[in-house]
Amino acid sequence: MAIDRATVDHVALLARLALTDEERALFTEQLRHILDYFARLQDLDLGTVEPTVHVRAAADVLREDVPRPSLERAEVLAAAPDQEEGFFKVPPVLEPA
Amino acid sequence: MVTEAAVDTVIGLEIHVQLGTASKMFCGCAVAFAAPPNTLICPVCLGLPGALPVVNRRALALGLRTAVALGCRIAPESRFHRKNYYYPDLPKNYQISQYQYMDHPPLGVDGWLEFTVEGTPRAVRIRRVHLEEDTGKLLHVERGGAVTHSRIDYNRSGVPLMEVVTQPDLRSPAEAREFLIALRALLQYLEVSPVRMEEGMLRVDANLSLRRADGTLGTRTEVKNMNSLRAVERALAFEAARQAEVLGGGGRVVQETRHWDERRQVTFPSRTKEEAQDYRYFPEPDLVPMAVGEAEVARVRETLPELPAQKRARYVSLGLSASDADLIVRQPRLAAFFEEALAAYPQARVLANWVTGDVAGILNAEGKEIDDVALRPAVLVGLLRLIDVGVISGRIAKDLLPELTLQGGDPAALVAARGLEQISDAADLEQLIELILAANPEPVAEFRRGKEKALVFLVGQVMKETRGRANPELVNRLLRERLRG
Amino acid sequence: MTPALLPVSELLGQLRRRTLTPSDLLEAYLQRIERFDGSVRAYLHVAAEAARAEARRWDDRYARGDDLPPLAGLPIAVKDLICTRGVATTCGSRILEGWRPPYDATVIARLRQAGAILLGKTNLDEFAMGSSTENSGFGPTRNPWDQARVPGGSSGGSAAAVAAGLAPWALGTDTGGSIRQPASLCGIVGLKPTYGRVSRYGLVAYGSSLDQIGPLTRTVRDAALLLQVLAGWDPLDSTAASLPVPDYQAALEGGVRGMRIGLAREGMGEGLQPGVRAAVEQAAARLRELGADLVEVTLPTIAYALPTYYLVATAEASSNLARYDGVRHGLRVEVPDVVEMFSRTRAAGFGPEVKRRIMLGTYALSAGFYEAFYLKAQRARTLVHRDFDAAFAQVDLVLLPTSPTVAFRLGERVDDPLQMYLADIFTIPVNLAGLPGISVPCGFADGLPVGLQLIGRPFDEATVLRAAHAYEQATEWHRRTPPLEGAAA
Repeated sequence: MAIDRATVDHVALLARLALTDEERALFTEQLRHILDYFARLQDLDLGTVEPTVHVRAAADVLREDVPRPSLERAEVLAAAPDQEEGFFKVPPVLEPA
Repeated sequence: MVTEAAVDTVIGLEIHVQLGTASKMFCGCAVAFAAPPNTLICPVCLGLPGALPVVNRRALALGLRTAVALGCRIAPESRFHRKNYYYPDLPKNYQISQYQYMDHPPLGVDGWLEFTVEGTPRAVRIRRVHLEEDTGKLLHVERGGAVTHSRIDYNRSGVPLMEVVTQPDLRSPAEAREFLIALRALLQYLEVSPVRMEEGMLRVDANLSLRRADGTLGTRTEVKNMNSLRAVERALAFEAARQAEVLGGGGRVVQETRHWDERRQVTFPSRTKEEAQDYRYFPEPDLVPMAVGEAEVARVRETLPELPAQKRARYVSLGLSASDADLIVRQPRLAAFFEEALAAYPQARVLANWVTGDVAGILNAEGKEIDDVALRPAVLVGLLRLIDVGVISGRIAKDLLPELTLQGGDPAALVAARGLEQISDAADLEQLIELILAANPEPVAEFRRGKEKALVFLVGQVMKETRGRANPELVNRLLRERLRG
Repeated sequence: MTPALLPVSELLGQLRRRTLTPSDLLEAYLQRIERFDGSVRAYLHVAAEAARAEARRWDDRYARGDDLPPLAGLPIAVKDLICTRGVATTCGSRILEGWRPPYDATVIARLRQAGAILLGKTNLDEFAMGSSTENSGFGPTRNPWDQARVPGGSSGGSAAAVAAGLAPWALGTDTGGSIRQPASLCGIVGLKPTYGRVSRYGLVAYGSSLDQIGPLTRTVRDAALLLQVLAGWDPLDSTAASLPVPDYQAALEGGVRGMRIGLAREGMGEGLQPGVRAAVEQAAARLRELGADLVEVTLPTIAYALPTYYLVATAEASSNLARYDGVRHGLRVEVPDVVEMFSRTRAAGFGPEVKRRIMLGTYALSAGFYEAFYLKAQRARTLVHRDFDAAFAQVDLVLLPTSPTVAFRLGERVDDPLQMYLADIFTIPVNLAGLPGISVPCGFADGLPVGLQLIGRPFDEATVLRAAHAYEQATEWHRRTPPLEGAAA
């Protein structure tokens, strides 16, 4: 599993993490080391084994379509970093998402 | 319009429908349009740390009903997945949706929808129907011509959405529009959504490419931000023409996402790199699968309301013309009106003529829907019965209809109050007829010479003198008898 | 002895007999916190005033002889990963510093209904990612047995608080061992319930298919008591089981005669600190003396549990932690563009281990690697589950050490993430299979506590508790308390 700086940069972008140069170097090294260890998973014969999506078999947990009280806006916005007239306020979207 | 005769337009649509549930997809917050911002939120739809989703039973039922009505193959077990991307209107920075994952297909696949384009029957294949949650609303605030900041309202976050994706079977912008009209009608008949496009309950994205003369498919672009049926048709027409021009000039169409600008009536490239997104789909660990057994699918199928295609066929068998049937069927509220009237007045063809002709004409002229006006089915029926028993003529009925439609009232009472009863007694008319004949010797002579049109003129004179109240058939008969002799 | 070092079962008796009031009990803890927590640092926030006001109300109700809920007037410490309305919930992270949730987690609502008093929020590895509490954004917690050492993690604050008598009991959370391992390192009892036994609503998610909330207590009986209040169906959590909740207290009695316990071969191999091996072997022998049937079982894929866990958990975490972006809550780094705001806020707010795991998880899910990593890990997970299924065809409980070592020194493993991950090698498989597991003290090595792990069938906490209780009552480990400076009387 070749992890290089370019991969680390791409993953950091996908994860919206602005890394310092030190972090890029450190994480590249550490992730490479970790993934080398994880390579032992290749030893296992997993071809026909079903993936575990849920550890317990269950189905059809459904909720009745009955409206319930919402949160008090004031309490929610009080915990927000910035707000304006009942809205969450953020800087504009300038760059492509 | 595409000018190259050798080139075919290939269109596929991706439609998002807001389901008509009382509460949101994964939480109990109410669904309502135009509530004050951030008043319909909770830890779940706000994506607060620690919150967990629980599926709305009714949303599943409405999605299932739609998938069955579209003839889809229903997945015996369907799951949700996370679609991971970052955007301020997406509180968790992932959307809970349904993805084709290994052998876990979404709610419904491989259906179709029949509709007509100018009378020609067409069918479009439905690739998939699935459920997901809506995002919040991001609003840009401008000061002095520049966007200074954005505001976010999460009332819409978590509202249940059903996504319907077609195969690229549509061949023109007009066809795309007709398909959407048919789909919208179906959704209204199924009562899965009120489908008010102006409230954003039906959103359309399109994929368009041009097929070359040699049969190969060109590069396709995605078109977004078309907020009305007319916008869809215009945007697609523009895009098809744009691509044709690019190709005609020897260029290559760039695979990209383009937005429709309603003001400038053009598509322009979007700045978001949709194609470069890596959504990192994986099964939603917080939700368990939804099982839909064959028995339940059968039950849903059996309890479907009459679908547009069936309704259309029934109307034609009742004697309606194909075009009248089409016109009524594609407008569910009008069809409901028609059905109620039909129950009291079984002469379907006559009723349909009035509904699709005079009533529809008034609605169009006033820019209103049938639900917005005062006319009740019982009132129209009352009016038609007055004609049938000869109390009024058809002419008088047509004159009364606008008032009855827009302001309401009781037909019989109006007729009596204004003395509009038809004159059906020959004795009352004979004297008038003598006067008219005496006053019009030329037309009399012409009729005797064989000119039918002269009689029409004479009948018209009698009608004019009686202000439309004379029974025209009777006048016709009396005149003929009088002039024969 | 100060009430602060008594088990809850005894405290409840004293409260009901009115030989102790809730206020006096609370004061005992607040005084010890004042005295010892400056150095142990178990707490991030002590809710002293609110707790005192509540305690006074319970004083009145006890005095009046009212009908009282099961935990009336009892304080509890809560790991700061669980939402408490109006009370700061940081998840051990600067990115949520000062955030007050507008809602209570379901477990908190249940505790309040049972009459419990929130004593405070305890320290943890940031977003539960760690095995030492050194990854906290607010400084580490120290092991009360030796304050140069770690208490374990990620529920290190809760474990230390209970061990040091700074709380009668506490809530922790366990994704890969985060209740059991700190319990082992701090010489107390820690129980991870079956996945789905306790509601996760209000538990800030790390590994959604692995996380569970559970008790950290002085005795097994206390763990049963607390589990009784926590367990049960919740309409707000789709993964919570609707199975009936047995009477865990009643289930404690019965002993282990005839019970089949499987000693997992892979648990006694190399890499185990000699003192740990000795303590666990002696514990197994003790269980045999008490009448249990000890046999050897094998869990062949246990060696693959670590990479399996770290791929599944980090993948889920990379998605669960995407919501921390400066928009709706917590830290925001102000920059002119919102997309840049996300990246800078997350860079400033998350610590290195969290960033590492987010990167790992994102990579495991990314285009081109999903099959090789995430999907492969989910398949391997099935094999681990099958190993346990096979074992439970022969035995009622599986026995493993909780941790391969006793508490290591602060700073010893921070520079080697993989070394740190290996601390959970015996606890991780239990989360992968969603089974209940308990750690009970079973001795000391080099003066530091050793924990014994017992793992049961799904929803068979009763058997786990019964065996643990029988062992505990036949030994004295649960009476030992750490030698805090100026030991309390």
